[in-house]
Amino acid sequence: MFKKILATTALAVGLAGAAFADDKTKVGFVYVGPINDGGWTQGHDHGRQELEKHFGDKVETVFVENVPEGPDAERIMTQMALTGTDIIFATSFGFMDPTINVAAKFPDVKFEHATGYKQADNVSVYSARFYEGRAIQGTIAGRMTKSNIVGYIGSVPIPEVVRGINSAYIHAKKVNPDVEFKVIWIYEWMNPAKEADAAKALLEQGADVILQHTDSTAPLAAAKEAGAIGFGQASDMYDFAPNPRVSSIIDDWAPYYIERTQAVMDGTWSSTNTWGGIASGMVGIGEITDAVPADVKAEALAMKDAIVAGTYHPFTGPLNKQDGTPWLAEGEVADDGALAGMSFYVEGLTGEIPQ
Amino acid sequence: MISLIKRPQPSKTWMVATPVLAVIVTMILGGLLFAAMGKDPFVAIRTIFWDPLFSPDFAAYSRPQLLVKAAPLILIAIGLSLGFKAGIWNIGAEGQYIMGAICGAAIGLAFYPMEAWFIFPLMVIGGALGGFLWGLIPALCKTKFNAPEILVSLMLVYFAEQIMIAVSLGALRNPEGNGFPGSRNLAQYASSANPELIAGTGAHWGVMAAFAAVVAAYVLLSKHMLGFQIRVTGESPRAAGFAGVNSKRLIIFCLGTSGALAGLAGLFEVTGPAGQITTSFNTGYGFTAIIVAFLGRLNPIGIMLAGLLLALTFIGGELAQFMLSLPSASIQVFQGMLLMTLLAMDILVNYKIVWRKKEAV
Amino acid sequence: MDLGSISLVAFFASLMVASTPILLAALGEMVTERAGVLNLGVEGMMIIGAICGFAIAIESGSAAAGFLGAAAGGALLSMLFAILTQFLYATQVPSGLALTLVGVGLASLIGQPYVGESPPLMGKLHIPVFESIPFFGPVMFQHDPIVYLSLILAVLVGVFLKYTRGGLILRAVGENHDAAHALGYKVRLVRVMAIGFGGAMAGLGGAYISLIRVPQWTDGITGGIGWIALAIVVFASWKPERVVFGAYLFGGLTALQLNLQAANIPLLFVLPYLVMLAGVIYFVIAVAVGSWKKTLDVKPTLKTFAQFIGVGLVLLLIGIATNYASSLDLLMLSSAPFVATIVVLVVISARSKGASNGPAMLGKIFQAH
Repeated sequence: MFKKILATTALAVGLAGAAFADDKTKVGFVYVGPINDGGWTQGHDHGRQELEKHFGDKVETVFVENVPEGPDAERIMTQMALTGTDIIFATSFGFMDPTINVAAKFPDVKFEHATGYKQADNVSVYSARFYEGRAIQGTIAGRMTKSNIVGYIGSVPIPEVVRGINSAYIHAKKVNPDVEFKVIWIYEWMNPAKEADAAKALLEQGADVILQHTDSTAPLAAAKEAGAIGFGQASDMYDFAPNPRVSSIIDDWAPYYIERTQAVMDGTWSSTNTWGGIASGMVGIGEITDAVPADVKAEALAMKDAIVAGTYHPFTGPLNKQDGTPWLAEGEVADDGALAGMSFYVEGLTGEIPQ
Repeated sequence: MISLIKRPQPSKTWMVATPVLAVIVTMILGGLLFAAMGKDPFVAIRTIFWDPLFSPDFAAYSRPQLLVKAAPLILIAIGLSLGFKAGIWNIGAEGQYIMGAICGAAIGLAFYPMEAWFIFPLMVIGGALGGFLWGLIPALCKTKFNAPEILVSLMLVYFAEQIMIAVSLGALRNPEGNGFPGSRNLAQYASSANPELIAGTGAHWGVMAAFAAVVAAYVLLSKHMLGFQIRVTGESPRAAGFAGVNSKRLIIFCLGTSGALAGLAGLFEVTGPAGQITTSFNTGYGFTAIIVAFLGRLNPIGIMLAGLLLALTFIGGELAQFMLSLPSASIQVFQGMLLMTLLAMDILVNYKIVWRKKEAV
Repeated sequence: MDLGSISLVAFFASLMVASTPILLAALGEMVTERAGVLNLGVEGMMIIGAICGFAIAIESGSAAAGFLGAAAGGALLSMLFAILTQFLYATQVPSGLALTLVGVGLASLIGQPYVGESPPLMGKLHIPVFESIPFFGPVMFQHDPIVYLSLILAVLVGVFLKYTRGGLILRAVGENHDAAHALGYKVRLVRVMAIGFGGAMAGLGGAYISLIRVPQWTDGITGGIGWIALAIVVFASWKPERVVFGAYLFGGLTALQLNLQAANIPLLFVLPYLVMLAGVIYFVIAVAVGSWKKTLDVKPTLKTFAQFIGVGLVLLLIGIATNYASSLDLLMLSSAPFVATIVVLVVISARSKGASNGPAMLGKIFQAH
């Protein structure tokens, strides 16, 4: 039965190849949200636009927005592949299994899945080390808070978000032993109204620094009203600078998209597992404004430089898990495997990860 | 001036003609919308309605996909139409769909990693039962307390969505999922998978069930006493009372059946195309099926065609998105317009439009 | 765990803000339903209001103009529904669903140029004298004007429905359109106006989200609040004072969930005691009132008291048994409004002994002969 499917698809691919054969490299993008969500999807779409700018006539890009994570994703990617797309970027975790399924049917098409962990001969995975940016945010937060309470708006409880909370906390604690984190999970990547309410609840409970792993500017607006500070997330959110937005973590996928498309053009593409950080440009640190005292700014930038130079890793021991069991010994650095599946808090954080 | 005269019987001709007319009118209106957005309207309409069916490049793939997308819509809409015909408003199929999927998936996951032939049938029963019980709640609230089923069933959708989030994070979470919420992939576990039965046709068990439901509903409505009771109740509840229809039993039957069918749709979806329960597993089939039921005039054959038509606009809409860069919102507006035009044209079925000179009434 | 960190003043103040969009939309839908029309398109009208208000506020530079535009936009969209259901006799349920589909899509198309813009802000309006009352001042009298407007509108709607001739006609149309028609009332006109009012109020509610609560425009900004407003109307049994209560209860639950999370307190850790406390308070009040009025019947009072304690104990056991699992917490808090609505529906329907408590003509098509 399976052979027959392959035969049918191969036939279809052959046809598609004939119909669409031209010298342009066709790049497809599958988005989970609308392209103007101001956050995650917009970041990827910005990367797509930069890709077009970079290659000009040599590429053609196509995209589908608002794709639910499930059967629709599989169909959309298949149809993209059937219409002669050379490389497809699936930009949400929930597209993982559909990507693997479609890739098995189209061995000649390259697939790139963001934030997942399943690879294949023609499926690469890529993600960003946002926790590096969180370390810098944590340092600024720890120094800047006067109430010693930092509010953190968590989105969906997955390892990436947990890593961010841990990284920010470790570095806030390092510069301010009295700091305390309050975390609210809203179980969505973006819901402006809920984010606003969450930020308000945190501010009311004494937080004067708000960190967010959600994509809208609503928490910054709430912080502004309360005279607290916050950070841009996914995009620079520079409209809120210099105050309350004192810095930001920017998702910059453009360099990666350009590099991978170039590899397809050159015929050098191979399946890789990329986890880019500040050094590779995938994670950008937005300008630290003058609302941050010069010495704190210098400290944060020094940490950024150390991370870029590879002389400092945000998860360096000694670190214990929340229940007090040892995790990393003195000087030991967390390996990527442990970070990828991180589902525990480090010692000192209160509350539990929803389960 | 124009005046309307109610027809003694709904016009059979218009009943068939209006959906066709509605599609044509929507194509024109949609074409105008696409033209206003700077796209070639003819190409856009062709991409949505023609290419998925006849494009030499990919129709071989998208035609079977039509079945995959339409199956849950048809299955749910058939169940809903029974109730709608009798004036029983179940608008909570989305919730019944979710609960069917959760119950069925829970059974399959309980057996994991055992491989046995009886697991999938058990899951099917579990899925139907989950949807049935979720549909029974508004039915009992209606028969015991006379609480409006339309509102109770809607509330139960939200409740089911919350349960879905909770089990994705908790009870049904995949312990080997690298910390991500969501269950194991049921489609990758042989005993719980709902694969394509005949290669290249897209037909999985859900598609078979959808066609079976169409036939069963057709027979029920045209040949069976219960079908007669449903029709009488919808046309005149009082007459139904005289005819000896037990309205309470009818309510339980209609809500229970539509719940069970929605639950089945959810089960077939979670074991096949979707694969796993996640925090956003549902994609609105339960609500879209309401549109399908009306588009198909609450008639089994009509529903089948309407389900396929709506599936076509979904698949064609995706094509239009990435081939013509039409925003997904414009496809949504287009589908809304289709439904509105059809509803607007309903008047032709039930009323005769005549020109009359203005006169004192 | 840190119960002390929840500031009651701030909690109640933010509760009022979180509840306002629900209240506005629910009030509008209530009037529509009291006229016998079920418009399921609230979400669509809200989001159209959100973008119309946002766009007009930016173009005109005035938030107030934005709110007017939002009301107009919501009302305009609702006229699509009015034409379908009142002039073309279309069934209301699918018409409402279609309205949401069109509204959400259209809002996204209109909104494309406005992503990332910041709207003009509306200042706070502190009510003189009242604002300095301890506790109640900061909770109730230091808000933006729309919060007061929503409450004033609630009162006006209540007065209109109960004490005016127009309200009487509207209710008559909703209870029995044939009789109302026979009495010479213009059923269709009344319903079209009620639908338009519902649209305008939903539009205001939507704009409150995009102009004040967030303030920003993104696709899908209303995030399902329109559907919740529908639930609140039923929960409130179509009564304005209960709509206020319902909207505030829902806003309160949302705020409570977030506050408990921030303070790191599992719900099941406090809920059992709150329920038992409620039982004790009930008992004391029942005994006091009963002995004052000399109608005290100890047995049923004790029974109710025991039920409260029993429920509290069950909750306590669930909490201990599940070790305060956070997903269960989430489930209970976020589904509470819907479960409560079903319970209320059942209780009031049962109490009215078979007669439906809602407007009798709700969702039924009227055609003048």
